[in-house]
Amino acid sequence: MTEPQHGDRPHSPGPSLYPIAFAAGIACILVGLIINPKIIVPIGAAIAIVFGFLWARDATEEFRGEPVHAMEPESGGPPESTDAPAIPANQGEAAMPLPEPGERFPRNRFLEGATLGLGAVIGGLVTVPAIGFMIVPAFKGQGYPKVDLGPLSQFPEGQWLITSFFMRPRDGEVSRRTAYIRNNGQLNGEPSFTIISNRCAHLGCPVQPNGPEQPDQKKQVDGKGGQKVTLTPVLPAGGFGCPCHGGQYDPEGNRTAGPPVRALDRYQFAVVDGRLILGKPFSVSKVDGEGKNAEIHTYRLTGPGQHVDGWEQILYPVQPPH
Amino acid sequence: MAIASRNKKSARRRQVEAAINYPIDWLEERSGLIGGLKYFLFRKVPGDTNWFHTLGSATLTAFLIQALTGSILAMYYKPDPQNAYQSIQHITNDITLGWLVRGMHKWGASVFIILMFFHMARVFLFGAYKYPRELNWIIGVMLLAIGMLEGFTGYLLPWDQTAYWATVVGINLNGTAPFLGPFLADFLRGGAEIGNETISRFYALHMLLIPGLIFALIGLHLYLVIRLGVTSPPWSSEAAGSESNGDAPTVNGRSGLTQPAARSGWRRNGGEG
Repeated sequence: MTEPQHGDRPHSPGPSLYPIAFAAGIACILVGLIINPKIIVPIGAAIAIVFGFLWARDATEEFRGEPVHAMEPESGGPPESTDAPAIPANQGEAAMPLPEPGERFPRNRFLEGATLGLGAVIGGLVTVPAIGFMIVPAFKGQGYPKVDLGPLSQFPEGQWLITSFFMRPRDGEVSRRTAYIRNNGQLNGEPSFTIISNRCAHLGCPVQPNGPEQPDQKKQVDGKGGQKVTLTPVLPAGGFGCPCHGGQYDPEGNRTAGPPVRALDRYQFAVVDGRLILGKPFSVSKVDGEGKNAEIHTYRLTGPGQHVDGWEQILYPVQPPH
Repeated sequence: MAIASRNKKSARRRQVEAAINYPIDWLEERSGLIGGLKYFLFRKVPGDTNWFHTLGSATLTAFLIQALTGSILAMYYKPDPQNAYQSIQHITNDITLGWLVRGMHKWGASVFIILMFFHMARVFLFGAYKYPRELNWIIGVMLLAIGMLEGFTGYLLPWDQTAYWATVVGINLNGTAPFLGPFLADFLRGGAEIGNETISRFYALHMLLIPGLIFALIGLHLYLVIRLGVTSPPWSSEAAGSESNGDAPTVNGRSGLTQPAARSGWRRNGGEG
């Protein structure tokens, strides 16, 4: 091994795993903010604090005058410096003399470290909240409000109705959703409804009924808070079809042709004081049977184009909270 | 007589030149900007470059037009679901020359993307992505990707049926990416469903975040073009290995850079003559 030259000194501190563990702690905090702020965030914070402390201690070992672990010279292959021609004395910048052996606080290196460290701290204080502000709100406070669709008498038994409503009336037209609703009559003394979402299970376009509509029998019901529900009778004898990429479904929402990966989503419902209340949507892999006797294979709400069954479901192990 | 008049004329000419040069020299002395501009514009370029080498500048021009027209459109556009469509109609039908500026922005977007592909094809077919320009190819691919992202985010802004449903499909397409896809889709929508947040989010991405990134990457791209020089066409008689380049002295290490063989030798020898 030749004499280390200017610019060729082994840099300190040596490689360390603490920054990675620290980053893992920060990542844990960010994920915890989305999934479970009460439990996961403190765990992440603890990891970040512990490893941040260890990292800082490791990095400042030299400054604090503790014995530095000697770096092992890298073995294998000839040392690089033997190939490089020596820098002539009249070239290159003037070399700063190496610190005296007893000198423990070379000021310029301390200032360099302080500048970089403070810069990183200030940068982090600014960017972490800003990025959190950008990302986290998209995952918090999401959900599906209950929608009052009006009295049961408006849903005659066996009649399909194109039901259009505002998911959040205050948001206006942008929250308009459509469901295909059929009153299946009574099942064990309870009312039974089939409520199919019009969101295509391929990529989310609005599926249309394959059958004649009766716009002359269209009814509009104004509800509380600016809610407007319109009901248009329809006969989807051929099921439903999507105009975007040609996905086809039977009247129960099972995929019959085209690119969709599962059946159409459905909505939960409740009957309160004789009124039909729309609940949360959920995803469906397939429906066996039909009407009130249908066996619906349900899954939690999943985005269009994502498999809920079969081997492909392992591609979508986690869903954002809705 | 003739000589005298010529001298007189040239004296006046000297005065005019001095008057013109004074502010330029003033600026140069204090900033070095004039020298920098000369260095940027009057570079050594292979003698047999041709029109194909202008595609990069054409792409840059297309982007600058997008930046300019987009900034002006932003003065009239209102990014929220209640007003977006109306404001686009207002720009197109009512505001003086609004139809023209919006048209330039709309069609210019396609021109930008098409020119990027032509430029990329030129670089590929001329082999200009090879050593030492690989990094510039990588930056170019990043520019292509975020240029596409610019197209995706801009497409929603007219807020008509095409824009809305194309964005629904586009976001859900992102949502089908394995593992993180559902989270990516929610991030893009600003929630579980397209709503009031989505359009302002796309607007901010479209006119602040992504253009800033594109400007920065174009800066890097140009820096590398200037540092590494322009590639000769593959049919060039002065192609790699011609003897005039091997021993040619370099001025700031640059004149030899236009030929790959000379350049690689220059690099390996540590950049000295």
